[in-house]
Amino acid sequence: MLRRTVLYDEHVAHGARIVPFGGFEMPVQYTSVLREHDAVRQRAGLFDLSHMAQYELRGEGVAEWADALTINEVGTMKPLQARYNIFTNEAGGAHDDVLFYRLPDRWLLVVNAGNAEKMWPYLQAQAAGRTDVALTSHHGSRALIAVQGPRAVEIVAPLCDIDVASMKYYFCAEGHVDAAPAVIARTGYTGEDGFELFVEGEDAPRLWRRLLEQGKQASLEPAGLGARDILRLEAGMPLYGHELEEDISPLAGGQGWAIKFRKPDFVGKAALVAERDADEYDRIAGVALAGRAPARAGYAVFANGERVGEVKSASIAPSLANTNIATVYVKKHAALPGTKLGIDIRGTLHDATVVSLPFYRRNDARKDT
Amino acid sequence: MANPADLLYTKDHEWAKIDGDIATVGITDYAQHSLGDIVYVELPRVGQSVAEHASIGVVESVKAVSELFNPVTGEVVEVNPILETDPSAVNRDAFGDGWMYKVKLPNGTPSGLLSAEEYEKLIAE
Repeated sequence: MLRRTVLYDEHVAHGARIVPFGGFEMPVQYTSVLREHDAVRQRAGLFDLSHMAQYELRGEGVAEWADALTINEVGTMKPLQARYNIFTNEAGGAHDDVLFYRLPDRWLLVVNAGNAEKMWPYLQAQAAGRTDVALTSHHGSRALIAVQGPRAVEIVAPLCDIDVASMKYYFCAEGHVDAAPAVIARTGYTGEDGFELFVEGEDAPRLWRRLLEQGKQASLEPAGLGARDILRLEAGMPLYGHELEEDISPLAGGQGWAIKFRKPDFVGKAALVAERDADEYDRIAGVALAGRAPARAGYAVFANGERVGEVKSASIAPSLANTNIATVYVKKHAALPGTKLGIDIRGTLHDATVVSLPFYRRNDARKDT
Repeated sequence: MANPADLLYTKDHEWAKIDGDIATVGITDYAQHSLGDIVYVELPRVGQSVAEHASIGVVESVKAVSELFNPVTGEVVEVNPILETDPSAVNRDAFGDGWMYKVKLPNGTPSGLLSAEEYEKLIAE
């Protein structure tokens, strides 16, 4: 049974095409995927991300507990910092990729909607018997609205009762947006500047409409999951189920930068150390196709006549003059930038060249670690 | 957009405009709207013999690959060169600039195609 976010009626009112995603009926597009992509890169886009699972973690033990389950450091996060992280399995594979937000008295953890059914029982089991870690799920009851794009600040800032214009990338704060209590975070999944607003479900529809009103001058448009997928792919951000999986590790998935091997131990550390040291693992690489035919997830990838892997994500890249781009999961020797590959598109090999990720980086981009 | 009355249609959402022994072929406005942003069109080659109902190409939107079914039997005599560089012409003008290819018909007007009225009934279902 598919669920609806509290903003479902807003999507329908805007003419959205609705598709099932992560157990929810979600807008894939309102007008055109490419138009919405352009809005985010040039101006600003408004996203409903309320399908993502929001968990609250409280207690003295949260940092130490989470550090034992994930690859990145949780305990070293500063107050009001946000940080990308990955829960791993014993084999070093990715159980889910997530964001932690450190608030003064608690933590927010945002997990992929499609993984919520496995993550919630997993987290509960990991916290069982501990009096210093308390978990609460707000999945479906709290909303998440993102405003992303170069004009996001001028849209969001006037509605906030705290200074969000000077907020640093991958930081957050508690305040109010249009009088609604909110956690306001300068995070996103588009490769652009922007904010993610965590609010109570009952406040979300009014805030959604207010943001659209406020964003009129900046030509803010609602943007769907179709645009979001191209934006994140161009920006080199992984999508769970594509670049990361239970059997694709953070190393293989290109997220090795987030693994803090200096941590004393965490689930999957031994496997990841072995994988790193042997350095023979198949890995995610970015490719640019020479022709106009798009690649698709699952297409076979060849190098010198040998099948070396498959496509994981692919799209036309409007930010790169409509070049066809893809991520491929291939043998080590086929993953070096400059390597010539062939992608099997309906029985014909099409030329592609490995390029370094990300495909797209905004001018003022700063790297979060 | 209305489906022009002077075109013939298929249940696979292609249209054909018959002019003497030449049929101009494309996909309907309903089809382009359902597909969304079209980013690639793979057409048959000039000189290729194509059979009615055969899958002879693909139309790809940002999210999906769809087969292109040929509505009329004959020989391809021309393909729309615009679509190679600007496949979005199909989104903008499915019945005009977004035409796909032309087929020389061996035996005059083909049978079994739908009128605009019949096609509208089909897509209303």
